[in-house]
Order: sequence, then C-alpha cells, then structure tokens
Amino acid sequence: MTGAAIKLGFPLLLLFGTYLIGSAVEKTHYREIRIREARSRRFPTVNFRTPPKSWNIVGAEMVAGNVVISIDYFKRFLAGLRMLFGGRVASYESLLDRARREAILRMKETAFERGYNAVINVRIETSRLASSNRKGEGTAGVEILAFGTAVKFAK
Amino acid sequence: MILSNTEEIPGRTIREFYGVVTGSTVRAKHIGRDFMASLKNLVGGELKGYTELLNEARQEALERMSEQARSIGANAVVNVRFSTSSVAQGAAELFAYGTAVKVD
Repeated sequence: MTGAAIKLGFPLLLLFGTYLIGSAVEKTHYREIRIREARSRRFPTVNFRTPPKSWNIVGAEMVAGNVVISIDYFKRFLAGLRMLFGGRVASYESLLDRARREAILRMKETAFERGYNAVINVRIETSRLASSNRKGEGTAGVEILAFGTAVKFAK
Repeated sequence: MILSNTEEIPGRTIREFYGVVTGSTVRAKHIGRDFMASLKNLVGGELKGYTELLNEARQEALERMSEQARSIGANAVVNVRFSTSSVAQGAAELFAYGTAVKVD
C-alpha cells in the first residue's frame, strides 16, 4: 500500500514541483525579455540581404547570439498528453518563443556594446541537441542561434 | 579579418574572390555539465553550460575559417554560414564556411 503510494506520489510531486518552478521561471524571463526589447526598440535589426540605400555605412562585423533551452518535466508531460489528440502544443510554443527572442536580444546587445547602429541579414537557426544516453534518443536541449552583420553608420 | 553573412561587406568594395573557406570543430559535452543539464531538464529553462560550450565551439570554427582565409591572402570572408550536425551520441560538429575575398 505504502509502496504504491510512493510509486504514484513521487511522479505527482515532481510534476507539481516542476510546474511551480517552471512557470515562475517563465514569468520572470518574459518580464525581463519585455524590458530588454523595449530598451532596444530603436536599434534596427532587419533580415534584408543588402542594407537600405539611405544608410551610409562605414563599418561591418558579424555578430551572433545563442541560447540552449531545455523542456521541463511538466511541459513534457503536457505535450505527451497532447500527442494523444494532436493539435497545438502550447507549452512548447512559449518555450521556443522565449528562446528565439532571447537569442535575438543577445545578438542585438552584442552589436550595441561594440558600437554598431544596426544589424542586417539576420538569420535564425534551430537545432536539436541529442541526449548522450546509450541510444542517443531524447533531447538534451534545443539550440537557437541568431546571427547577422552589424553595421556602423557614418556620423 | 572582416566577417559578414551578407554577399558583400557594407561600405567596402570587393577587389578579388578567392573561393570557399571552411572551419570546423567537433565537441563533446563533459560529464559535469551533462549532470547539471539533466537536473535542469526537470525544471526547464536555459542550459547555460551548453550555451557557453556551443558559443566557444562556434568561435573556434570561425577562427579556423579565418586562419584559412588569411593563409590564402584574403582579408575578409563574406556570406558566412553555420551548420551544426551531431556526428555521434554526445558529440556535435560545428561547421562555418564562407567565401574568402579581398576588400579595400
């Protein structure tokens, strides 16, 4: 009886605990992202291959920003349920959205710190890191890389 | 060495084209980082150890590519692309390539 309670209780406790921690982390991260995005709103980042003709450019350098994220236990559980019915996996959407915005912000901040005025030809890549267990199954994390060419305007 | 992922360096003129240069590195995650990552996998969020690892590896790939470009007399690499592939369990190859050119 107690054995069954432990067997059932532990995953439930884990589920509840990771739900609490995961959603708290997500909330703080989103708040931080919004503040940083508002701060860098006037810093143009475009995915044009060539800069607009009106820009008088004097210098260029490649910049990048990356982030590796993992999916929490609770979200994986939710997604597992979702697989039964199909449809939107909202718990993964918010995670990827957060990671992508974070990677873009890191790229922008690097460009800004080095004294550049804009980033052109922005590209975003997503790749999955395989877990290092015996079969290489499962996902250790997802990497998002944002990169582009930072340009400096003539004064 | 000027790197750019656009087809030309904004504000500069390309004088000579040399051809494709490449740089790559294969990295494995180490056990300590892996252990922390598996803990982090419970609560979710950023895996800082992996972010750093991949960032360093990518810098290394870019550095090797620049070195190759320098050896053939180029002073810039345009249209730089990245590619990541997992070659074996726990190891990943980070690959950077672009066209070596001379700009003034």
